[in-house]
Amino acid sequence: MVEFTLPKNSVVQAGKEHLSESRDGTIKRVEVYRWDPDTGENPRMDVYEIDLDNCGPMVLDAIIKIKNEIDSTLTFRRSCREGVCGSCAMNINGKNTLACTKAIEDIEGTIRIYPLPHMQVVKDLVPDLTHFYAQYASIKPWIETQTPAPADRERLQSVEDRAKLDGLYECILCACCSTSCPSYWWNSERYLGPAILLQAYRWIADSRDENTGERLDALEDPFKLYRCHTIMACTDTCPKGLNPAKAIAEIKKLIVERQ
Amino acid sequence: MNFRTPISKARGLGSAKAGFTHWWTQRITAVALIPLTLWFGIAIILVPGADHRTIVEWISSPWNTVLLIATIIAVFYHALLGIQVIIEDYIRTEWLKIAAILATKLILIFYALAALYATFRIVTLG
Repeated sequence: MVEFTLPKNSVVQAGKEHLSESRDGTIKRVEVYRWDPDTGENPRMDVYEIDLDNCGPMVLDAIIKIKNEIDSTLTFRRSCREGVCGSCAMNINGKNTLACTKAIEDIEGTIRIYPLPHMQVVKDLVPDLTHFYAQYASIKPWIETQTPAPADRERLQSVEDRAKLDGLYECILCACCSTSCPSYWWNSERYLGPAILLQAYRWIADSRDENTGERLDALEDPFKLYRCHTIMACTDTCPKGLNPAKAIAEIKKLIVERQ
Repeated sequence: MNFRTPISKARGLGSAKAGFTHWWTQRITAVALIPLTLWFGIAIILVPGADHRTIVEWISSPWNTVLLIATIIAVFYHALLGIQVIIEDYIRTEWLKIAAILATKLILIFYALAALYATFRIVTLG
């Protein structure tokens, strides 16, 4: 059956407390999931108290402050710090989002940070996204044509056709949506998940692509596509405000249309 | 040790090139069940107090017979498709999954046949 409870060695325990000595300023309590593969210990929740008067506005700023000033062993991914790279996707107070675009002031009380749910953890807040990226590669995320490219210019696309890619091209593959999807939790070996299906639709919807039929063939599968039960956790959580559930529905509609 | 590449794992056995019919039939039976369930619900509410003769006559009237047969087929077909999806979602042990789906199908088809037989029997023999 599906594992609804954590195995013994994955049960999260209470961790170390790094409490602030000074009570001046605005103190914010931050709890962070910690797991180190080298120690053989269970994961734990470490507690940090940080002074918001000397911290940037976003959750990522708080995490960087912790790493710089309190605990340099804390491990996480980050790069652009402005919501375009997708590296700092994590679960903040129960919702998958980008730490760099999540404002601290929007969180009441304690900030609780976990890695993206239901993924193998490499260390602390770093999940293993190998399979996720391999699934992305499997949908052939590039233009496929029979017609050779014009010798003297780009492949042309009308303004209307270009508009069909809006809401799709913005996806940064942060994996927030896929890792919020219960269907992806239970069957990620075979189900492609909302992020990859949105990306697949991005190429299906592209007027310059000539392999739409083959793309639909590759998706029409009880697991790859039809594990989507329109739960819509993906759309609810997307930090870029995109709608993967709608993209999946569009794929299903096209498969109806070609019958 | 497993030396299969991530891409090989992700591509797996490839697309079954099926799944549409299952998904679509589930929608069709769901839509059909909206009026049928309403009709059947109202009919059930009116049943208590009715004697055997009245019920036999009610089932034997052509419209009711046809709607009852439609309800039986839609309910059991929809249940079969839906339960199969739930089993596929939640049971990870391959042999258990196949056995559970097989058992579900056999039991539901048997019940559907029994319900249809009962209807025909009432209509023809009273």
